[in-house]
Amino acid sequence: MSCAFECRMARFAYITMKKGNTLFFKTRPRVRSYAAVCGSKEKEGVIGGYADVTLSDDMYGESTYEKAECKMLSAAVSLAVEKSGLTDGDIDVLFSGDLLNQIISASFAARDFQFPFLGLYSACSTMSEGMLLSAVLVDGGFAVNCVAATGSHFASAERQYRYPLELGCTRPPQSQWTVTGAGACVVSRGAGNIAINSATLGRVRDWGVTDVNNMGAAMAPAAADTILRHFEDTGRGPEDYDMIITGDLGALGSRILKDLMWEKGCDVSDNHVDCGEIVYNVIEDEFQGGSGAGCSAVVMNSYIFTKMDAGLYKRVLFAATGALLSTVSSGQGESIPGISHAVEFERLPPAKE
Amino acid sequence: MTDSARRGNINYLEYVRSLEPSTKHFKNCLSAFGVGGLICVIGQFFRYMLGFAGLSGDELAGAVSVVLIFLGCFLTGLGVYDRIGRHAGAGSIVPITGFANSVTSPAIEFRTEGYIFGTAAKMFTVAGAIIVYGVFSGVMVGIIYYFL
Amino acid sequence: MLAEEMLAILFMYLKAFAVGGAICATAQIIINVTSLTSGKILVFFMLGGVVLTALGLYQPLVDFAGAGATVPISGFGYLLANGAIKGAEKGFYYAVTGSLSAASAGVTAAVVFSLIMSLLFRSKTKRS
Repeated sequence: MSCAFECRMARFAYITMKKGNTLFFKTRPRVRSYAAVCGSKEKEGVIGGYADVTLSDDMYGESTYEKAECKMLSAAVSLAVEKSGLTDGDIDVLFSGDLLNQIISASFAARDFQFPFLGLYSACSTMSEGMLLSAVLVDGGFAVNCVAATGSHFASAERQYRYPLELGCTRPPQSQWTVTGAGACVVSRGAGNIAINSATLGRVRDWGVTDVNNMGAAMAPAAADTILRHFEDTGRGPEDYDMIITGDLGALGSRILKDLMWEKGCDVSDNHVDCGEIVYNVIEDEFQGGSGAGCSAVVMNSYIFTKMDAGLYKRVLFAATGALLSTVSSGQGESIPGISHAVEFERLPPAKE
Repeated sequence: MTDSARRGNINYLEYVRSLEPSTKHFKNCLSAFGVGGLICVIGQFFRYMLGFAGLSGDELAGAVSVVLIFLGCFLTGLGVYDRIGRHAGAGSIVPITGFANSVTSPAIEFRTEGYIFGTAAKMFTVAGAIIVYGVFSGVMVGIIYYFL
Repeated sequence: MLAEEMLAILFMYLKAFAVGGAICATAQIIINVTSLTSGKILVFFMLGGVVLTALGLYQPLVDFAGAGATVPISGFGYLLANGAIKGAEKGFYYAVTGSLSAASAGVTAAVVFSLIMSLLFRSKTKRS
């Protein structure tokens, strides 16, 4: 074979696998199993009946909140692996991350497992980044089974990003509540009803929002950017999806997203759902909903995937959103960059066996 | 950043601000007034009680603040003060009990990092600023009055 | 005579409530408008107390409202400035050390009680 032909083939392959920033997975990796652990406050919401483990005590029998978060994450991963029917030895890699400094929960949870670990930080969009990378590895043939997992804990996030829990201060009406919970899914070659067709890589967007209590407004431009590029690259529109799920924009951020999309001539008001908005009962002028890495992780890995498995939704676009700030950056008056990675899921018709 | 992008940002920020739920000024102020006033009444009550017990002058003022600080610390420990603060806002921040709360809450919170660099060192995360500027401004006032 | 005294005490409570409440409501307005954090509010009100006391404006308020003026954090500033002013009469050494000496009761109480509370209690997660 001549070199020129090889190069042409390589370019051909490249073109078919990627358009713009959207990756198309030819082998369509499957979500083989999924598991979610959620806290006591979340139990009362929509996901209460779908999560595998619900905590009655947010300490989860541990001595610190950080340890509790780590244990939740570890439990979610081992549950997902267990449900997939695989053993530790079958898993090729774990993609995981969380909100704490130096992603301690994820790396400490990885101590419990025999498979390799790749740590991610993408704030609250870690779930979709993990799923995306898992799909890439599986599709590329570098792995057969990958696990994507993330989680967050209200108390540990609060003490790192805001104030001590016992400090008597008012929450501004635009603030959100960090979800206590963790979710994990096993992405595999072949087995499973839910396929990952494509994924759009997010770009960091910063429109100058500096209010740390208004993460929804900081992340909405990134989500809109990613979803619009996904539509452009795939040649589809919002009507092709049963659901367009964003991570943790909250009620206010969701409104902003719909407006931003509407401005670009794309109406998502009918099928857009925000995990943060549905995870608690939201009262818009007092409270905007849930946030945190665990928010979209728990909702996707319990409620959404269960419904997809049951055949209620056929095609779902999941765009988790992350606010890439730290206490140092906000202390220095920096604005809040947002990011959003989108992953497209499709419920396959039941295989004839 | 280009100028047009900057302008876009300003438009966006204005738009975001227009969507933000408005703070309920009247309701907030009323609850701050009520709770703050109530804490002062409690202080006044202890002023009378300790006055009957025979204290007076600086001793009385000191004793009253010690009692209120104890209450603030204790309610913080019980996990009650943050609940009051959630509704009362400045009403529970500004009284001396709020100062006590700002010392006790990090002390309890960071105990997991040890008694020396957790509890003791983090105790002054908020209150440190008050003591630093209080002492500094107090010294300034003292020096000015000395030379006047 | 007794009824009159009772009335005076009741009136004093009322004044304490009104003045203390007014100081807190002012702080709330500032928080609403500027969205300052609680720590900054505490510092500014304490400094306000120091300045007003140094200008001789806070003492009348204390005389009028009692605990209504001493319990808010501006009263802590009043204590500091008052200590410094009284110390200044005794000499330079007392002018410098007077403020912290006057505030020593409050600071000591806050430190000691906080340490005790941190031994007794653990932080509790919130649900609302």
